[in-house]
Amino acid sequence: MSGCARRCKHGLVKFALSVSKLVTGTLIKDKVDDDLELSIVCHRPEGLEPLEAQTNFNKKELQVLYRGFKNECPSGVVNEETFKQIYSQFFPHGDASTYAHYLFNAFDTSDNGSIKFEDFVMALSILLRGTTTEKLQWTFNLYDINRDGYITKEEMTDIVKAIYDMMGRFTYPALKTDAPKQHVDAFFQKMDRNRDGVVTLDEFILACQEDENIMRSLQLFENVI
Amino acid sequence: MAAGVATWLPFARAAAVGWLPLAKKIMPKPPVDKKSRNDEILYVNVSGLRFQTWKNTLDRYPDTLLGSSEKEFFYNEDTQEYFFDRDPEMFRHILNFYRTGKLHYPRQECVQAFDEELAFYGIVPDIIGDCCMEEYRDRKKENQERLAEDTEAEMGTDTPLPPNSTHRERLWRAFENPHTSTMALVFYYVTGFFIAVSVIANVVETVPCRPLKGSKKDLPCGEKYSLAFFCMDTACVLIFTFEYLMRLFAAPSRCKFMRSVMSVIDVVAIMPYYIGLVMPENEDVSGAFVTLRVFRVFRIFKFSRHSQGLRILGYTLKSCASELGFLLFSLTMAIIIFATVMFYAEKGTKGTNFTSIPASFWYTIVTMTTLGYGDMVPNTIAGKIFGSICSLSGVLVIALPVPVIVSNFSRIYHQNQRADKMRAQQKVRLARIRLAKKGTTNAFLQYKDEGGFHDRDSDNALCLKNKSSFEHQHHHLLHCLEKTTNHEFTDELTFSEMCMTESMGYRTSRSTSISSQQGMSTSCCPRRAKRRAIRLANSTVSVSRGSVQELDTLQVHKSSSGLQSRSSLNARTEDLKLNCEDRDFTAAIISIPTPPANTPDESLPPSPAFPGILRNSRTNFYTHETVKISSL
Repeated sequence: MSGCARRCKHGLVKFALSVSKLVTGTLIKDKVDDDLELSIVCHRPEGLEPLEAQTNFNKKELQVLYRGFKNECPSGVVNEETFKQIYSQFFPHGDASTYAHYLFNAFDTSDNGSIKFEDFVMALSILLRGTTTEKLQWTFNLYDINRDGYITKEEMTDIVKAIYDMMGRFTYPALKTDAPKQHVDAFFQKMDRNRDGVVTLDEFILACQEDENIMRSLQLFENVI
Repeated sequence: MAAGVATWLPFARAAAVGWLPLAKKIMPKPPVDKKSRNDEILYVNVSGLRFQTWKNTLDRYPDTLLGSSEKEFFYNEDTQEYFFDRDPEMFRHILNFYRTGKLHYPRQECVQAFDEELAFYGIVPDIIGDCCMEEYRDRKKENQERLAEDTEAEMGTDTPLPPNSTHRERLWRAFENPHTSTMALVFYYVTGFFIAVSVIANVVETVPCRPLKGSKKDLPCGEKYSLAFFCMDTACVLIFTFEYLMRLFAAPSRCKFMRSVMSVIDVVAIMPYYIGLVMPENEDVSGAFVTLRVFRVFRIFKFSRHSQGLRILGYTLKSCASELGFLLFSLTMAIIIFATVMFYAEKGTKGTNFTSIPASFWYTIVTMTTLGYGDMVPNTIAGKIFGSICSLSGVLVIALPVPVIVSNFSRIYHQNQRADKMRAQQKVRLARIRLAKKGTTNAFLQYKDEGGFHDRDSDNALCLKNKSSFEHQHHHLLHCLEKTTNHEFTDELTFSEMCMTESMGYRTSRSTSISSQQGMSTSCCPRRAKRRAIRLANSTVSVSRGSVQELDTLQVHKSSSGLQSRSSLNARTEDLKLNCEDRDFTAAIISIPTPPANTPDESLPPSPAFPGILRNSRTNFYTHETVKISSL
């Protein structure tokens, strides 16, 4: 009985409120305000010292990196759409969105759909200041789309297609439709030692370490920051 | 690329590691960055306000002043900062552009000043962010319109007529712009008065006057004093006809004039009178004639030439034609709907006024415009309900387009007011500028008169020392110019005097045959001379330019005119430093010859003071066929 009375009172109060809002003309305002509040999310990195400990950057470099990052993303996180837009600006000829998607997943180690500054800086630390093994591990992670520890031909084809998409339509010589497939076949020829159709991490690292060119070019990007 | 992208470039390059295992060819070597990558804080001092920013921030836009090496030109070694002598308030916005990548337009600044700052810093205004772009564009357009209006007003109807305009052109000018001459003003007011008289007469002649003796009925005044009214009407029509014919004669394009609204109104206003004169005194025809007299009321529209407000109203209505059309259309729709509903609602009532749908139109209109005469009222309940809905909706339908029309009217009215205000301000401003210019040249002339050039001894130096060093240098400069062109500056009074004595002297010494040969007219009418003198006094630089031009054209006539001009020279010759031949032909001022405005006074003494240029400009007058107009 009391519950019923309470419900009735609650209903009456709500009705009275809505009538008053109708009269004063503020019926829809609250909904909009709620939506607005939800979208502002802010994230702060832990601190300069922990980051310095975890990465191979020194304080100054971290400062420079953070300033640039914060300038672009005041909220402290990058979501996938923004990431795609930014990355696409570097490759105006073609469509970089697919590759950016894979790249985003590689950066987003915590898999929550947004890159925080820590993720960003960790990845950069590996790519720029890490050992060759770490770099190769990161690359393996990039290729392994479903993170199951094996690179299948389909995954590799997807990645290679995404890379060729970035080239755009107008290339010299003209892109043939089976170019990605050929590329993937060559890759598997090199990497898949036991011919089981998938490439594991060890196979990958071994194969890369045997390739002089890859080893040499891994040193090329150290001076980016 | 946007600024932010530059920040992400290192990360994109790092991510390229992911391509390495797939690479078919060897990766190229990365570019070597010779500059130190260390980020440093730069100090930028803008008129005392110190800004600090990272070097990277400025490097984001390398094609601007601050982002390129151009800023090195502004580097101050002593204070180790970049110094710009510009507006510090605006620099804030410029720097924010570097920081955030978005350029905002500050609303309280003048749009032109902002543009200039952007041009200085090498930033293209197109990148103004969307939030401020509309405001910026609107202000810019407004500014441009204002400047266009300025130049138009300068070249507009207030400038004096070119001297060789025909009677016709002058007449047209007088009609269009009555303030140019007194005659035109008088005519303007006279026509205005007669329009008023005519309209009042039209109104009064229908008022009932006391009846004639022996008659009981009230007569309208028009019939009682018919002769008086007829005379007044005749006078008005005569004036209007005369005015119309004069306008027709003076119009530059008669066809266009005849098609214009005002001329149609004029014709319609005076036609009834003439038709009445022509028409015989026939009973049935005069009935039709009476209706024609209605058109006499159109004379009141002639006032729109006299009243700017009326013109603005007319213009507003024209520009709001679409809103008015919409109003009319929606009203019509509503009228038809409600009339139908009311008719069918009241159909059953006995002796109802709503006899048909068109008959209900009257009720609907009267109700929707909230007039409510009460001659037609619904009796049934349904009729009353629909009638009340009709009156409520009427208010809404009419109220909606009205603010648009009002705002249009307000905008046009303010525009007009602004145009008038600007014209008035322009006149004052130009007068002030002219005064200032005359001031500086007068100072120079005074300086010369006091013998400032020649005597540098202590006596004169005393009276000269109150001049500022700026003035000294300026005068020195003018003096150098004089020496360069071998002409001197003078003022208008002496110039015109000079001119008149010369022409007078010329007349007495020359035979008529020569003058007829060369088609010469004394060109020294004081007005033109004055104008020339002003131009002379105001232009310092173009003297030498003009003289070079004239040298060519006047060589042709040298032989015929040289002697005479020299013979009438009685000014001091000590100033003639060049050989006379050159002096004869180096006159810089050319004017279009006009018929003489008056004859020079014989008794004028030759004026003492003058420079060759004045004297010799006379020679141009008889060579006017070949003379070019200088760019003074």
